[in-house]
Amino acid sequence: MKAILSILRKEFLQLRRDPKLFPVIFLSPVLQLLLLGYAANLDVKNVPSVVCDMDRSAASRRLIDEYLNSGTFTVAARVERLAEIDRYLDNGRAAMALVIPRGFGGDVAAGRTASMMLIADGSESQSASIGVSYGTMIAARHNQRLILERLELVRGLGPAPVLVEAEVRVWYNPELRSRNFMVPGVLGLILMIMTTVLASIGIVREREAGTMEQLIVTPIRPVQLIGGKLLPFVVIGLIDATFVIAVARGLFGVPVRGSVPLLFGLSLAFMLNTLGVGLFVSTISRTQQQAMLTSLFFILPQIMLSGFVFPIENMPKLFQAVTTVVPLRYFFVIIRGIMLKGAGWRHLWPQAAALLVLGTLILTLSVARFQKKLD
Amino acid sequence: MKAPPRAFIGPVMRKEVRQIRRDTRSLVFMLLLPAFLLIVFGLALNFDIKHVPLAVVDLEGSRLSRGLVEKFRTTEYFDVKATLDRTGDIDDLMAREKIKAALVIPPTFSEDLLAGRSPSVQFLLDGANAMSGTTAAGYAAAILQSYAQRTTLEALERRGAGGATLPLATQVRVWYNPELKSARFLLPGLMAFILMVILTTSTAFSIVREKERGTMEQLAVSPLPASALIVGKLVPYVLISLASAHLVLGLGGVLFGVGVKGSYLLLLLGMVLFLVAGLGQGLLISAVTRTQQVAFLLSVLTTILPTFILSGFVFPIRNMPAVVQAVTYLVPARHFLVVLRSVILKGAGLPAFWEQMLLLAAFAASTLALSVVMLRRGEGRGPRRRAGRAA
Repeated sequence: MKAILSILRKEFLQLRRDPKLFPVIFLSPVLQLLLLGYAANLDVKNVPSVVCDMDRSAASRRLIDEYLNSGTFTVAARVERLAEIDRYLDNGRAAMALVIPRGFGGDVAAGRTASMMLIADGSESQSASIGVSYGTMIAARHNQRLILERLELVRGLGPAPVLVEAEVRVWYNPELRSRNFMVPGVLGLILMIMTTVLASIGIVREREAGTMEQLIVTPIRPVQLIGGKLLPFVVIGLIDATFVIAVARGLFGVPVRGSVPLLFGLSLAFMLNTLGVGLFVSTISRTQQQAMLTSLFFILPQIMLSGFVFPIENMPKLFQAVTTVVPLRYFFVIIRGIMLKGAGWRHLWPQAAALLVLGTLILTLSVARFQKKLD
Repeated sequence: MKAPPRAFIGPVMRKEVRQIRRDTRSLVFMLLLPAFLLIVFGLALNFDIKHVPLAVVDLEGSRLSRGLVEKFRTTEYFDVKATLDRTGDIDDLMAREKIKAALVIPPTFSEDLLAGRSPSVQFLLDGANAMSGTTAAGYAAAILQSYAQRTTLEALERRGAGGATLPLATQVRVWYNPELKSARFLLPGLMAFILMVILTTSTAFSIVREKERGTMEQLAVSPLPASALIVGKLVPYVLISLASAHLVLGLGGVLFGVGVKGSYLLLLLGMVLFLVAGLGQGLLISAVTRTQQVAFLLSVLTTILPTFILSGFVFPIRNMPAVVQAVTYLVPARHFLVVLRSVILKGAGLPAFWEQMLLLAAFAASTLALSVVMLRRGEGRGPRRRAGRAA
């Protein structure tokens, strides 16, 4: 125990030496959260659209009004000819176009099928597809209204047909704010990046500077050495988590519905994994540069395959299988569960077990490799 | 007689190349990691929201209600994972993330429908993930609407009015990406993201390493001007990253069928500007930090999340508050993404993205100039140089 304490003291002394380290470790997570908390917004509204009304009838104006009053679309330009749309989509000044061909009003009046066209900029990922689905929804509602109007004319036999519209109830996040989903995600990412990076560099640095030999000849046992080296990072991780949760709650109003001690406890389980990976990287790297690039090799795929933004259930089966060894995946379920859903141990024990198993495995492997390298 | 700065560039370059070659693994990572990541992400990720796990609570179990459930069963947007008898069980399944949505059909469904009252179908949604939640709600509404439309049209037909024609038909055309293929959505964004992270981390160590090892002092007492040091260190990395970027571009074409539609020369110009911008950011980090540890943290923190979230890759920039929109101008990937999408997907010419090219050039020039200034001011060169060294 005394050995670990002396290593701890040495580590903290060393951390304090670079005056830029503490601002980076403690301020940057909060700064990142601030920026990203405001930026991570997927609510599709005010999609700039080109309106091309070639019919100019009462019927076409009515449809356009419905389209524009939905709150999803705004007019970027009104044009007369189809060819003029190009310009607006090419330079990105509009993301959608609504085209109503000549003869639209006549078709509606005559009870024929009238057609309209929606054009979307397919290069702009998310908002285009959501824009299209909103656009077709508005069209479908308009359709339904026209059908019902037509029915009015032949009222008679039998009960009137009705609209079937679902009463949608949204749980955990009633206003569907993307921020509530992203902010807990940022917490997980920061915790992972900070602890993995610090652990991987912290040990290689000692080797690069040649001071590792000095530590080895002291009576400190390798396990104590590792414990003393990694503990400061655990403390840093927990402090970062506290900051991030405080800002998320205080500034962004992201709820914390479940138990905070459970969240911190499971964060520790998560850090077993990140520190384990960091230590592993440091056992296979000679220089800090190698350690950096190697940890990116572990960090980047974890981010993308964890369900941070891209839902796991949409991945091909093979990659879904790969995600089962991604610790961040389980931690996301835990953070989002505790913060948004008020989930407790009863719901989260499978994820906790996965983190403990994976963490123990990687940490044991790394410690074994580390000891072998020392001998 | 002082030699002009450009005379020193060659020797610095040679030294840097020698140093890079000594560390084979780092070189391999710089060259191949972007390609590897592009393959993994390109195959694994997509923006489509399909197979939303759904629970069905059919409290009626009539022919009509089963017809509605069948509609949810046959679409690829939902996977019916559970059929429940009570609404009380939904809560637990949702908290465990076994299901993301639930459809509840009331016991009076067909009675209401036949009597001309709107049945109160409920759709319960896990809103934690706002994006997939919104989309799933949209799918559900569309399915219900088409169900209602069909019953209405059947009623119309029974009364011999108008036949079964729809009054309004909507054609949807998606430009630049007609099949709405995810790879086409994703690839430019992934390229910009992956390259940015690797670029900045490649150079983030190039100067600070010398400071930490003490070799910076030797450079400081030599007549080497700061500008020559920066340019000499930059050039080898530009060449490496140019190779790596072409590998990524080639993979995009061969593996994912996303070829270059527009002018390759324009793309090359944009690419060089972006590469220098990313490498310049790394050099600047290297010039202002004193230990590799901090340099690494800074380069990871200033690239991964900002590029992912502030570049317009996933989140539309026009939805962001004005202050954050202003910050996005400092994210080179934002401008490069416009260039990539314009050239690769739209085949547009310079008029569509000249502003972005200028912004990239400005970013690249200012990071390099700032690095030179910081080096001249002797940031980290002075007596505190040894501060970061291990004890």
